[in-house]
Amino acid sequence: MAERLAQGGLLIDRSQPVSFTFNGETLQGFEGDTVASALLANDQVLVGRSFKYHRPRGIVASGAEEPNALLGIGEGPRFEPNQRATTTELHDGMVTRSQNHWPSLETDVGALNAWLADKLPVFSAGFYYKTFLFPRIAWKHVYEPFIRTAAGLGQAPSEKDPDSYEHFHWHCEVLVAGGGIAGIAAARKAADEGKRVLLVEQTADWGGRALVDGDQIDGQPGPDWIAAQIAALQAMPNVTLRTRAMAAGQYDHGYVLVYERVSDHRPGLPGTPRHRLWRVRTSETVVATGAIERPLTFANNDLPGVMLASAARDYVSLFGVLPGRKVVVYANNDDAYRTALTLRQAGAKIAAVLDVRAQAAGDLPQQAREAGILVRTGTGIAKAMGGKRVDEIQIGTVEGDTMTGREEYIPCDLVCVSGGWSPVVHLWSHCGGKLTWDSEAAMFRPDASRAPTGDNGEAMARCAGAADGVMHTAAILPDALVEAPAEEPLQPHWFTPSRGKYAHGTKHFVDFQNDVTAADVRLAAREGYESVEHTKRYTTLGMATDQGKTSNINGLALLAEALGKEIPEVGTTTFRPPYTPISMGAITGSAKGALFKAVRQTPMHSWHDANGADWEPVGDWYRPFCYRRAGEDRHAAVEREVVNARRNVGMLDASTLGKIVVKGPDAGKFLDLLYTNMMSTLKQGRCRYGLMCTENGFLFDDGVVVRTGPEEFLCHTTSGGSDRVHAWMEEWLQTEWWDLQVYTANVTDQWAQIAVAGPNARKVLEGAGCDVPLDKGAVKFMDYVEGTLAGYPVRIFRISFSGELSYEIATPAGYGMVLWDALRASGEPHGIMPYGTEALHIMRAEKGFIMIGDETDGTVTPQDLGLFFAISKKKTDYIGKRAQQRADLIRHDRKQLVGLMAEDKQVVLPDGAHAVKRRREHIAMATIGHVTSTYYSPTLGHSIAMGLVESGLSRRGEWIDFSTGPGEFMRAQIVDPVFYDPQGEKQNV
Amino acid sequence: MSEAATPVAPLAVSSAEEPVHAPQPLIGIDPTGVYGMITLRGDLASDIFAAAVDEAVGLPVPSTLTVVSDGDARVVWMSPDEVLLFTSYGEADAAVARIDEQMGAEHHMALNVSDARVVIRLTGDRVGEVLAKGAPCDCSDHGFPIGTARRTHMAGLAVAFWRLDTDIWEIVALRSYAGHLLAWLEQTAQPGAEVFS
Repeated sequence: MAERLAQGGLLIDRSQPVSFTFNGETLQGFEGDTVASALLANDQVLVGRSFKYHRPRGIVASGAEEPNALLGIGEGPRFEPNQRATTTELHDGMVTRSQNHWPSLETDVGALNAWLADKLPVFSAGFYYKTFLFPRIAWKHVYEPFIRTAAGLGQAPSEKDPDSYEHFHWHCEVLVAGGGIAGIAAARKAADEGKRVLLVEQTADWGGRALVDGDQIDGQPGPDWIAAQIAALQAMPNVTLRTRAMAAGQYDHGYVLVYERVSDHRPGLPGTPRHRLWRVRTSETVVATGAIERPLTFANNDLPGVMLASAARDYVSLFGVLPGRKVVVYANNDDAYRTALTLRQAGAKIAAVLDVRAQAAGDLPQQAREAGILVRTGTGIAKAMGGKRVDEIQIGTVEGDTMTGREEYIPCDLVCVSGGWSPVVHLWSHCGGKLTWDSEAAMFRPDASRAPTGDNGEAMARCAGAADGVMHTAAILPDALVEAPAEEPLQPHWFTPSRGKYAHGTKHFVDFQNDVTAADVRLAAREGYESVEHTKRYTTLGMATDQGKTSNINGLALLAEALGKEIPEVGTTTFRPPYTPISMGAITGSAKGALFKAVRQTPMHSWHDANGADWEPVGDWYRPFCYRRAGEDRHAAVEREVVNARRNVGMLDASTLGKIVVKGPDAGKFLDLLYTNMMSTLKQGRCRYGLMCTENGFLFDDGVVVRTGPEEFLCHTTSGGSDRVHAWMEEWLQTEWWDLQVYTANVTDQWAQIAVAGPNARKVLEGAGCDVPLDKGAVKFMDYVEGTLAGYPVRIFRISFSGELSYEIATPAGYGMVLWDALRASGEPHGIMPYGTEALHIMRAEKGFIMIGDETDGTVTPQDLGLFFAISKKKTDYIGKRAQQRADLIRHDRKQLVGLMAEDKQVVLPDGAHAVKRRREHIAMATIGHVTSTYYSPTLGHSIAMGLVESGLSRRGEWIDFSTGPGEFMRAQIVDPVFYDPQGEKQNV
Repeated sequence: MSEAATPVAPLAVSSAEEPVHAPQPLIGIDPTGVYGMITLRGDLASDIFAAAVDEAVGLPVPSTLTVVSDGDARVVWMSPDEVLLFTSYGEADAAVARIDEQMGAEHHMALNVSDARVVIRLTGDRVGEVLAKGAPCDCSDHGFPIGTARRTHMAGLAVAFWRLDTDIWEIVALRSYAGHLLAWLEQTAQPGAEVFS
């Protein structure tokens, strides 16, 4: 059994007991425990069921590589699935539960899969691809939903995450990933050279394997040396140290993401983010991420109680937990003997060390023999046995790919396995660092001559210590005095043969998390999968949440063997960030809830909000769609606003309109190139409506241009378009027409703008007190004047988007609110009401004015819209002119703007409805156009619409059909798009 | 313009609505300042440009990525052909006029943009730490010494900020985003969210 030892445990604080629950049962641990060490301390060896076969699974590792012990942790809104028990720190009150079983962990119906797999060839590599082919439709509706339900890992949380997250940008010269001896030494060296250093360690504690493995450094035990080095680094102002911070990914140009788990171990602290994502820019990354021990592949090697040798001694030394009383160590190397020695000293009985090598004569095997431990060389485990936990193993003599010798059994409750070590090269490889196969040590190690390179073409990362394939303390710290036993080479060993039905490898697990066996890999090879990348996807080897940390090398060695190739010929799969999964919250950072998206507000926003505004997003802005009064729905409010503006007067917050100042001796020339019409001839104090096209001739923005000075223009853009138009202007000026003397500035936010529109508009302005005369003779349609209104500085543009007598009044934004109030007050006797964007849209549609984004969609030219008045024929060039002469853009049957009048005038045509060439029963009908704008006009008392219809300009009077559903149609007549006041008499009074 | 009523600062309304029980943030955040601001574009290296800046606010043209200041007056480097001048709100139009006169026919652009931006004054020894939660540039003492000015992005916004003293910084953003910027700063500077203890 597994149990807490009476003493020991470097990382736990026995004075701080901690209560937690596992599947509802209350258990005890200590502060400093991981969930895994606490579960083992309570003899909870079975921690989950496997993905495909629902086989019982236990804790395999003690760190980030853990494939099995994935738990659901937390509850309610803080519940999170698939958390590794080995890297999750225990805290008081923690709620944990195992996954992937029903009805319970102990009794799981899904385990029938394993029974079934024994009888039939199911769930092997490619099973799903081969089996669920027919009938075709069933995959989507039957097979896939069923498989997804049955084969999932964990459950998605269902409540909103209450925690906060943030990003943090950091710049340094050296980022050291990994706080073991190699990382600490590298940080120390760089810091001593005066460099700015960031040293990060994924766990809560510094030291890595030096805390456990017993080597003496400079006369000190490992933990003491670590503590002294960290203290020295902490005292240096140029060094930043961070634990619980994992370098998750290395990206181009020295950009590294570091995932800091700030408060997972003490959740709910007010104001404290749960995770912080460090976005580090570093000149150099030192990859000191250590190495991961590989399991050995033998029959039933996935039984609970089979554990990595290094993990077993970690639990003893770091947490004072003995993971088993009766122990077999099974290895191909010297290092694993440390485990035998450590566990024996902790009081376990070491039944035997089984070593596949013909002889074991290194210091550590000798120490083991001297301690009275039975060492059996040339021996392997034929199979492990047990129900929910290993209770016995069968051993034999390993002779090549057969198991010979007497069938011998050893009772045990813990099998510690070691197949050698794989350097953690992820950060090295993320950005292109290459690897080389070291056949003697049986590992891929970084090839320093093929490093990932930065912007200057030089290496931007290097590896240190075990991550570099340097496994021994003395070699990692060449300048230190190290006392450590000498180790003899390991013997690569990828598959332990078995006997009988187990000989085929169907119970030799390679990837524990995805339930991939040696037989699966061999089957893939037989079926022609030669590339390791294809084999990975076919078998799902290495595709689980652990990304094959313990399985990739074993799997590709088996593949190489099956293909008769050398391991380097097969190569590795691609390493991709993050190293272990990071939370979505950390990626999101602060951009959630109210901060999800930046919202622009006009100076009058609060007033709108307090006066019934029903908001609508327009670009980044929020604009009132309408102002709802008590008892009104949207429709009623809009109708009231339109009618009032047409009969009396309305006011609109038009501050969102883009405003760009263009100034310089070449300003007119520049605008002539940007707009389709002539702007250089515009007189000072006058306004002109203009269109802008892309190089392809398509209309992309429109607005009124005002000449504000001899060399100065103010260009209005659409509300959503000001940034785009400004960037467009700067791009042309900076990259193509750099010889033009023109400056631009986006002054959208400088001005609050209020449109006052309606028959009474002039009275409102005059009533507010205006120091410039406003009568028709003084300020004509399309005139611009400056002055004061109600005492505030204003610019008055007599322009109209409603067809009414209309003034757009701009004032510095700081006066926006007070001017709004003044105009409301002076407008009161004249029946003034604010109106929103929908009333604006209806009134412009009544007048046949186009709207960018409604009548345009990036494929529409000004000619298509019949805007010939705004397209200059005199100018030699403007952006889009050449394109507009191409055959396709002058076709007579292009879709052109028309007005549409529904047959039933009380029915509004559906927005976007398609006009069909002729009515058909089936849905596949040739279409000839679509509705672009469609409203009920309260002014006219019937519906109106605009649309783009093939050859529309020459089809006035025709009736066409719009498809509105299967077998349903609406008839409409093509009419003039100007429905209201076609002569423009209203705006010209 | 100076005879008109006092303009309303971008955040005058929202700061009045701040909940009174909000914990004291890690840094001082003051969005209530009203300043005269002028966007000036031209040839930064020319003598006439320097004379115009001096005429307007009595300060030299700052070198790349820096700010020069004296009292309420500042000149902030914004781009290779643009600076942002600070003066008092009522003084801005007159300063623009002085610039235009000084520059004469020399190609330039001087605009009163006093109402176009929100200026938030940030104080305390954790300002760089808070800004680094949003801005990609190096906000540490090493990377952002006194007198540094950067145009960058933060909290999803285009911003500029500069450091006037060890513990005094100013940040500007477009006025319409003022509410978002203030909310971001207040959340990010919550007590408990310290990166360094």
